[in-house]
Amino acid sequence: MNPTMAPETPPEKKPKALRRFRRNLAETPRLFRDSLVRHGRPTSDRSASQAIFTNFFLHIIPTRIDRYSLRIRATLGLGVITTVLFLLLTGTGIALMIYYKPSTAEAYNSMKDIHYVVPTGRFMRNIHRWAAHGMVACVFLHMARAFYTGAYKAPREFNWVIGMGLFVLTLFLSFTGYLLPWDQLAFWAVTIGSEIAQSPRELTDALGITQWFDPGGAQKHILLGANHVGEEALIRFYVLHVIVLPLATTVLLGVHFWRIRKDGGLTRPARPVVHDRIVAQQAPAKTYGLMAVVRGRTPAVDREMATTVPAWPNAIFAIAALSMLTMAVMLALGLVLDAPLKEEANPAVPENPAKAPWYFLGLQELVSYSAFMGGIGIPALVVLGLMLVPYLDRERENIGVWFGGRQGKYVCLLSAVFTAAVVVGILAFTVTQGWLRNWYPDIPQVVITFVNPGTVMLVIFALWSFAIMSVSNSTRMGALAVFTCFLIAFIILTYFAIVHRGPNWDFYWSQSQWPRH
Amino acid sequence: MSTEPGGDLQSSQRFAPPQERRDFLGLAAIWSAVGACAFALIGALRLPMPSVFPESNPKVKLGPPSRFLDAEVTALPEQRLWVYSTSEGMYAISAVCTHLGCIVAKEEDGYFCPCHGSRFDAMGNVVAGPAPRGLVYLELSISPDGQLVVDRQKEVAAAVRLKA
Ligand code: HEM
Ligand code: FES
Repeated sequence: MNPTMAPETPPEKKPKALRRFRRNLAETPRLFRDSLVRHGRPTSDRSASQAIFTNFFLHIIPTRIDRYSLRIRATLGLGVITTVLFLLLTGTGIALMIYYKPSTAEAYNSMKDIHYVVPTGRFMRNIHRWAAHGMVACVFLHMARAFYTGAYKAPREFNWVIGMGLFVLTLFLSFTGYLLPWDQLAFWAVTIGSEIAQSPRELTDALGITQWFDPGGAQKHILLGANHVGEEALIRFYVLHVIVLPLATTVLLGVHFWRIRKDGGLTRPARPVVHDRIVAQQAPAKTYGLMAVVRGRTPAVDREMATTVPAWPNAIFAIAALSMLTMAVMLALGLVLDAPLKEEANPAVPENPAKAPWYFLGLQELVSYSAFMGGIGIPALVVLGLMLVPYLDRERENIGVWFGGRQGKYVCLLSAVFTAAVVVGILAFTVTQGWLRNWYPDIPQVVITFVNPGTVMLVIFALWSFAIMSVSNSTRMGALAVFTCFLIAFIILTYFAIVHRGPNWDFYWSQSQWPRH
Repeated sequence: MSTEPGGDLQSSQRFAPPQERRDFLGLAAIWSAVGACAFALIGALRLPMPSVFPESNPKVKLGPPSRFLDAEVTALPEQRLWVYSTSEGMYAISAVCTHLGCIVAKEEDGYFCPCHGSRFDAMGNVVAGPAPRGLVYLELSISPDGQLVVDRQKEVAAAVRLKA
């Protein structure tokens, strides 16, 4: 034998390839599992945190979470519920896309097919509809909870602004989805909506400059691609509804979640910090280099461990339970309640009354005073005002405390009663006495645009909030007052438009008094 | 000052103040990039703005004028308008509400809109409700083949009459 050749490997040291192959084959299930989940059972602190940060989907959650953040009272679970609804909407929406045809000739019939012919079609459609309503409701409530717990304060100012973006996106998602069934309700709600887009003409007409400067007309034309709601509008709304707005929402949600992590978790009441108390049972397996850069009350390693719990299983189970609950409610609703579908769109005969979905009814009441102010002016002022709140109220007391403590609760209660009185009073006055045009028929439209029940309410709320701010000598109290005013006014106007507005937008005590036709 | 790193600081204090930058070329590069992107965006935004409207011809032939002379008013729900013929001449009033585009209904001495309750008098002037202006008068003309033609996008003054 040539001594320069390597000695043959003894057979007992390296088994034959075939035998290794057989053994690997037998072990494949275990090997596959170990390659999928690369940590042991999450029984120790260490393997529990590995369970979180080695998983792509779970790593948006920190490995340890403050005990307070898991309490129901910290979040009411609303952000998570909204997220689940958004995912549910994406899933059912993709299912509906398989059969839906975005053309005026076929849209209505394809909706009917989905409802009556496609297997599980009705179920998917129902879930999509109820989840959409649920998402709007939860976004409202989530915003209120973030506001009342002071979660908009530094360092979370910009996440609040992103939240406002998500709020507007959610409403636009609903609005664009509303046209797609191409039934009477859809057609007239969107006709009104696109005319609202055009309503800046109310101002430019009054100034006589529409000929040269017509932002209203441009907005409507970009939205509809035409002068009336038709084929072009349907395609545009479809594109917005199925790709543009969901994509924008997904991106903003990513930033929203990222910011929560970087801002040191959720807002919570200040509590004495336990420094340098080592409670970890094991040295952490990961160096937290990046975590050191994170600002705020981050669960730092070996410190503050007493106030935090491992996210696995505590947070994971809480989130899973909330998701299951949300989905169970949606499944049940989808089984027992059918989403409505009216007659096919008829451009010659408007619905009477033509009511928008509930979350726009408050605005519709305002629009019935002045199209521009109710549909664009006041909503834009409110959204802008709310966006600026974190920059205008920078007090540091009682962050994370609901209503900012006892004084705040009192201010909110007082503001609620005050708002209820103002709104009910103005509505009663308008219904019984009418408004400027009923008294001075020749009054120019500009006056009504700027002085109508909606703007009067807005001014009263602003004055009230400044008064509260000055009396309590606190910007937080002023913020609480103005938010409560908006919230209560929104609720009352919505209720009023649902229950007390009937045919011709006339006042009725109840629907049983509506004239029959 | 807070005991925790950064947690309670206002945003102005959270970051070191930016260094004064005299780097003219750098700034010029950044701002020209921003400007280029902005212009590109404005250009792209022209795409959804329709240059031709897909609606069929706004001018519609309504048949021989004699058809409208018998009655004082003829309703044309398809075209969303009414044609009036009086001793002074003919005119057409659009049924599209000037508030938010619902279709108004004709009453004995005027019009009313079912959507938000605007009311108009017989000449189309607003008397109540949120409509910012009176109903629109549309241009009428006679085509070379002797038919009455309405232009659904051309507004005329309320006093204009077409002699038939
Ligand atoms: C698509 C809609 C939205 C989704 C899916 C969403 C989701 C979430 C989630 C999951 C959280 C974690 C805490 C929790 O569960 O409450 C959160 C926190 C937060 N959200 Fe949203 N959100 C949405 C819209 C909004 C809106 C409209 C606002 C306010 C304008 C907002 C402001 C905030 C703020 C300030 C926090 C931090 C709360 C804290 O630190 O305690 N979000 N969001
Ligand atoms: S659309 Fe006619 S009153 Fe609103």
